Amino acid sequence: MEKVKLLGTWPNPFVQRVVWALKLKGIEYEIIYEDRANKSELLKYNPIYKNAPVLVHNDIPICDSLVILEYIDETWKDASPLLPQDPLLKANERFWAKYGDEQVLSAVYGYYRKQGKDQEEARETTLAHLKCVEQLLNENNFMSGERVGFLDLAFGWLADYSRPLEMVGGVKLLDEDSFPKLCAWRDNFLKIPSINGSWPDQENLIARFQKSKQSLFG
Amino acid sequence: MGKSCEIKLLGAAPSHFVNRVQFVLNLKSIEYEFIDENLNCKSELLLTSNPVHKKVPVLIHANKPPILESLIIIEYLDEVYHDIHPILPSDPLERAHNRFWANYIDTKYFALFEELRRTPGQEGKKEVKKQLDEASELLEEVFVKSSNGKAYFGGDDVGYIDVVLGCFLAWIKFVEKLNKFKIFDEVRTPKLLEWTNRIWSHEALKDAICGSEALTNHYAMLQIKKP
Repeated sequence: MEKVKLLGTWPNPFVQRVVWALKLKGIEYEIIYEDRANKSELLKYNPIYKNAPVLVHNDIPICDSLVILEYIDETWKDASPLLPQDPLLKANERFWAKYGDEQVLSAVYGYYRKQGKDQEEARETTLAHLKCVEQLLNENNFMSGERVGFLDLAFGWLADYSRPLEMVGGVKLLDEDSFPKLCAWRDNFLKIPSINGSWPDQENLIARFQKSKQSLFG
Repeated sequence: MGKSCEIKLLGAAPSHFVNRVQFVLNLKSIEYEFIDENLNCKSELLLTSNPVHKKVPVLIHANKPPILESLIIIEYLDEVYHDIHPILPSDPLERAHNRFWANYIDTKYFALFEELRRTPGQEGKKEVKKQLDEASELLEEVFVKSSNGKAYFGGDDVGYIDVVLGCFLAWIKFVEKLNKFKIFDEVRTPKLLEWTNRIWSHEALKDAICGSEALTNHYAMLQIKKP
């Protein structure tokens, strides 16, 4: 019996995508949530970055959420492939996943952390990034194609967190007129049983974000 | 040999990100057309191929949609030309560790060199050098563990981390000369020092590295554009 342990903090979009990957592939795992203020296991298993997630498989740690996703995909090959077989399509998903983490996530979180004039000024750039993401959805329900895959998991935080962020921040980014495909994708994504069934739910997220605006980041 | 010019690489000689793609193409004996970009005046082809970042390298294979980002390009080449000189290992755990350390070099390690460049004054630079020394010692440990007594991070043959760090050597040597200190030395990083000599003279890397004049110009440009 393989031992799979996931070390995480909450709420944390990088941890959440790993949870989804494990659930989609039907992998049994144990999850340990650590407090950001007291993260002894994380420090032990991830001394370089000192953060979550860390996947510990048979006592060997793997760090960095996108690296973990590819590791999961390559190790548990037969169930629900996350990345496509075609090298060009794979390269495309890797590129947009990186773009998502480096540009979109920081833009969206940054937007909600700002206030007043700063927030107004950030709106245009943030919307431009989201327009790029909207264009990733062509005729398909998901960014990875017919079925949910790597790229959807990489952008899953947008589906999961956008409404709680809007509720707490009081400003909407993803309106249905400007982003019809993204909004439809969000609904489709959140309907998937493996995605839907994993904690936290939207109410919990809203409550947590409301409690501390600073805890928006992992 | 019949695949000549099926691969186009948009690049610029002083970019170690570009150099690493060239290194991999050479290792896999893949012919390619190199399109030299003037980074101060980017071509239409570059701007349309990479509208998001407008950066090199860009790989165009048989007129298919362009592939961007050096590490993504390397993995693409490794998957398409998997029979010739594999760059990444086949074991998922080893692949994960290779990817992790490549990211570390590209983000944390590289960032320290940028910080060194942008820090004015000797005292400030000394502090950054201390962090660089710690990071280099960490990479020494990575080398010892990965190489398992062999010549390269990849073992007997050049692998992923060899490519990623190896192509950065031109810049490292330039920085050492400019600041009159050593990044790798016999005391703190003896194995890495041996490795730098080995990889620096590797056939497939030699013509992928640019000369010091180009680097000097590149450094001067950075000092102006990103002080």
